[in-house]
Amino acid sequence: MNVAIVKYNAGNICSVVNAMRRLGVEPLVTDEPEKLMAADRVIFPGQGEASSTMAYLRERGLDEVIRSLRQPVLGICIGMQLMCRHSEEGDTECLGIFDAEVKRFRPQCHADKVPQMGWNTIVDTRSQLFKGFRQPEYVYFVHSYYVPMNEHTAACTEYTRPYSSALHKDNFYATQFHPEKSGQVGERILQNFLDLTL
Amino acid sequence: MLAKRIVPCLDIKDGQTVKGTNFVNLRQAGDPVELGQAYSQQGADELVYLDITASHEGRKTFTDLVRRIAATINIPFTVGGGINELSDVDRLLSAGADKVSINSAALRRPELIDEIAGHFGSQVCVVAIDAKQTEAGWHCYLNGGRIPTGRGLFEWAREVNDRGAGEILFTSMDHDGVKTGFANEALARLADEVSIPVIASGGAGTMEHFRDAFLLGKADAALAASVFHFGEIGIPELKSYLCTQGIEVRR
Repeated sequence: MNVAIVKYNAGNICSVVNAMRRLGVEPLVTDEPEKLMAADRVIFPGQGEASSTMAYLRERGLDEVIRSLRQPVLGICIGMQLMCRHSEEGDTECLGIFDAEVKRFRPQCHADKVPQMGWNTIVDTRSQLFKGFRQPEYVYFVHSYYVPMNEHTAACTEYTRPYSSALHKDNFYATQFHPEKSGQVGERILQNFLDLTL
Repeated sequence: MLAKRIVPCLDIKDGQTVKGTNFVNLRQAGDPVELGQAYSQQGADELVYLDITASHEGRKTFTDLVRRIAATINIPFTVGGGINELSDVDRLLSAGADKVSINSAALRRPELIDEIAGHFGSQVCVVAIDAKQTEAGWHCYLNGGRIPTGRGLFEWAREVNDRGAGEILFTSMDHDGVKTGFANEALARLADEVSIPVIASGGAGTMEHFRDAFLLGKADAALAASVFHFGEIGIPELKSYLCTQGIEVRR
């Protein structure tokens, strides 16, 4: 299987490469539109800041490329946030694949720390990504901004409020958490993504 | 709910795991990648690898090791030891580390915290603080606890927080290696003073000590080495126990 990982100015891409290798897939890390469009699967990972990553994607025309993809696409963390309509981070217009607004966590008490960093549960999972999941599972999060519950919500997590920890619409899938750092549960999610049939 | 984290720490010298008692008397304890993977399979939530090698040659060995860890292990890991400038951080993150832990370098040049947070994000910047309690209160130490700085623990922790660190790894040197419990009073005060997660370190001897670090010390994570390395406490048993004590853990 041909798996392409979108190369852009975000951190954490090598963790996804390593995770794919552990599943026996050698991914291609590329920013070439033809190669992204020709892949069987595209992963849009990353850790970073919304406005600078979005500016980078626009400069290279990758925003149009990602929007136009027809194969299964998986956005991770900032990748998921960039797939939404707009982010409060840097007041950024994003890709608009999911009609949702990205907001900053507002602590409700001193114990609520921003960013949320660590293991939290995903519940109400409804997407092929979570095939075989029967109970709330723990996955690893690092983020200061979140996507509220919306019509594309594919998993829910609670931190200061219930929010979307995964999204799904047509061929586009996204997780706010890092499946590549979420132990065996994360590996099952990535394998489910590779096994998707549209 | 966000789970409390259990973090085994591996001290690395020349590519091998070692553990000191009160920072001296190192004992051998196995291959770092194999040990890390075993911990991950047992349910460790994160790993910390500290490079205690001083030489330039040792740094290269450690970077190669970080690459092997990143290729093998599927949970987050932090690396520390000998990080003095941004290029060290870049080298270790490029090798696949999720976070870096800085200690003496931050006390010597606090701007390093701002630089790391600015370039790579707060989430990668863990500031380790080694402190000791005297009649004059809690104070920070440099170079693995050998050099007193006169810097107050809580004042430094607030500065670390304000400069953009993502987490504080607090080691009470009086408690480290002696297995009589964590420094819970100081931990609880730290939790009140800063708005970033605090990892408790130094003093784990029994499962009750972990409970106390979470309940009394209000820690977000607890780190230990020898109790895990020598099998005195198993991570699955520890998590079952914490669960019975009403503490949220990942199982």
